[in-house]
Amino acid sequence: MPSVPETVLDIARRHRDVPGGLLPALHAVQDALGHVPDEAVPVLAQALNRSRAEVHGVLTHYRHFRRHPPGRVVVEICRAEACQACGAEALLAHAERTLGCGRHDTRADGVVTLEPVYCLGLCASSPAVRVGEQLHGRVTPAQLDRLLAASVGAAGTDAP
Amino acid sequence: MSPVTVYVPRDAAALAAGADAVARAVADEAGEAGRVRVVRNGSRGLLWLEPLVEVAVGADRVAYGPVAPQDVAGLFDAGWLEGGGAGAHPLAHGPTERIPYLAAQQRQVFARAGLADPLSLEDYAALGGWAGLQRALALDGAAIVQQVLDSGLRGRGGAAFPAGIKWRTVLQAAAERKYVVCNADEGDSGTFSDRMAMEGDPYQLIEGMAIAGLAVGATQGYVYVRSEYPHALATMAEAIERAGAAGVLGDSVCGSGRAFRLELRKAAGSYVCGEETALLESLEGRRGIVRSKPPLPALQGLFGQPTLVHNVITLASVPLVLAHGPEALRQHGSGRSRGTLPFQLAGNVLRGGLVEKAFGLTLRELVFGFGGGTRSGRPVKAIQVGGPLGTYVPPSRWDEPLDYEAYAAFGATVGHGGVVVHDDTADLSALARYAMEFCALESCGKCTPCRIGSTRGVEVIDRIRRGERRGAQVALLRDLCDTMQHGSLCAMGSMTPNPVLSALEHYPDDFGLPAPPAAAA
Repeated sequence: MPSVPETVLDIARRHRDVPGGLLPALHAVQDALGHVPDEAVPVLAQALNRSRAEVHGVLTHYRHFRRHPPGRVVVEICRAEACQACGAEALLAHAERTLGCGRHDTRADGVVTLEPVYCLGLCASSPAVRVGEQLHGRVTPAQLDRLLAASVGAAGTDAP
Repeated sequence: MSPVTVYVPRDAAALAAGADAVARAVADEAGEAGRVRVVRNGSRGLLWLEPLVEVAVGADRVAYGPVAPQDVAGLFDAGWLEGGGAGAHPLAHGPTERIPYLAAQQRQVFARAGLADPLSLEDYAALGGWAGLQRALALDGAAIVQQVLDSGLRGRGGAAFPAGIKWRTVLQAAAERKYVVCNADEGDSGTFSDRMAMEGDPYQLIEGMAIAGLAVGATQGYVYVRSEYPHALATMAEAIERAGAAGVLGDSVCGSGRAFRLELRKAAGSYVCGEETALLESLEGRRGIVRSKPPLPALQGLFGQPTLVHNVITLASVPLVLAHGPEALRQHGSGRSRGTLPFQLAGNVLRGGLVEKAFGLTLRELVFGFGGGTRSGRPVKAIQVGGPLGTYVPPSRWDEPLDYEAYAAFGATVGHGGVVVHDDTADLSALARYAMEFCALESCGKCTPCRIGSTRGVEVIDRIRRGERRGAQVALLRDLCDTMQHGSLCAMGSMTPNPVLSALEHYPDDFGLPAPPAAAA
């Protein structure tokens, strides 16, 4: 396994000549490492000829980029208007209780991260939820329990 | 015997309803190879029926939905591959084209969506694809721009600016490099037509962008797609790859010797990047902060060069105009709103989905005719039109024609055509608070009215909801909204007051306020 600085440097080199390449580079780092660690910032800055402050600024501006590793399962619950119209707020509160995990938080055991999100583009199938890569529409609290039992439950019993 | 074609959509809304498992079940149940050919098509847009499975029987495609994996064996037993016998099955809807929801539409931009495998170049060409690009290749830039001007096409992203004027500005700007940028950062709640257009008919968007490039003299295009749309991103990436391999994109578009290259860029979860100048900042690798205008992006846009920025549906409308002439678009519509709009019926609605109709139909026709009222079965209380920055349209306005000017006349916006339905359990003061909360969360921070106003807005609405000096706080909220409307740099701050003030105006009860005398009478 290459070290984190090696991985980041390799990505930075590949994006050096890409116009406006910092966002694609940050995506590539997150895709490779699961998050963008602080030690990636100076490496990207130097390779892309940007200041560390600029790279930090971009990294922290965009919600998609994570500065810390997420839980093994990421549960996203949409709370935009179309989902609110079909019970999203109650669903999110239910998920917080069921998971024992606050919104925007990763549970202490590192198994699950709960994220409220703003529109998954499934507004006619609200409320919408994404568990890992899998989308789900018209999710009731009971269905959410089944989804969480299958994914979070399984991830909780697996060795990391 | 040749295999029977069974269509199982691959649109994200179908996947969210379990379409992958259904496709597997169909393949498993078919048993012997060669009996069934499963095609993963785009969605027809009848989203309450997803996964909507279609079986090709003779000249018809017979629809079944919503199909769960456990229904599949029964459908085979009922003889769905042979047609007739399965007509009485509880999930059967008859020939897809004759389902009233679809039959009553005027599909133009979504004419092809759902008919075939969206990534098949062969199917795209067979269904009339590339005709607009071929026509454009025979014209000079000014002649292409004239076609767009004559069509009356206006920006479908929400601002409704005449597209042809933008094209002419970019064409006439002298520069070494120009760009075409597709804004596919569809962050508005209640909208999903861009997503469906990319997932269901990606080559149409590519064709529209190539035509735009030829028209204005741009050789490089970017499609900026939100990161929340992984399926649209994957489909567009593959489509761009295949179009390049087929010689449609690249150094010589269809062998013409004229270049147009296209690159896909993934956004990173910032709502305000749907604003065109913030999007350009983001494409340049910076924080998505709104720019002051002027200069217009058409003159100084991406990397300081003249740039044509359009929403997905605008660009996807272009092939039609070139292939069939401006009249094909212009003939539909109402007033100065020409053509069709793919409306998106969302929220608490019985039959949610995509309804492409000419401008001019009413909200009542849309929500009650197509949508069938609420999914909960309760009365409709409020309908938000045009995304999170759109107005809550009260019942007294449900018979107004959906056209840009008619809506503007009563302070509302048609926007991107998103329609979100709320039943009578909705608390409009909570939704007004949410509008301010969302603005505070997503404000880029460059201008004070948006950055600070939204946070103060949440606090003021909280005090109104708690009944603290209500009269004074309502006056303060109106004053704050006035400042945001007139002092913000972009639509984020200037339009957040739309949902807030319309909620306050039409649903005073929810704020603990007496109904105004006029409304009470």
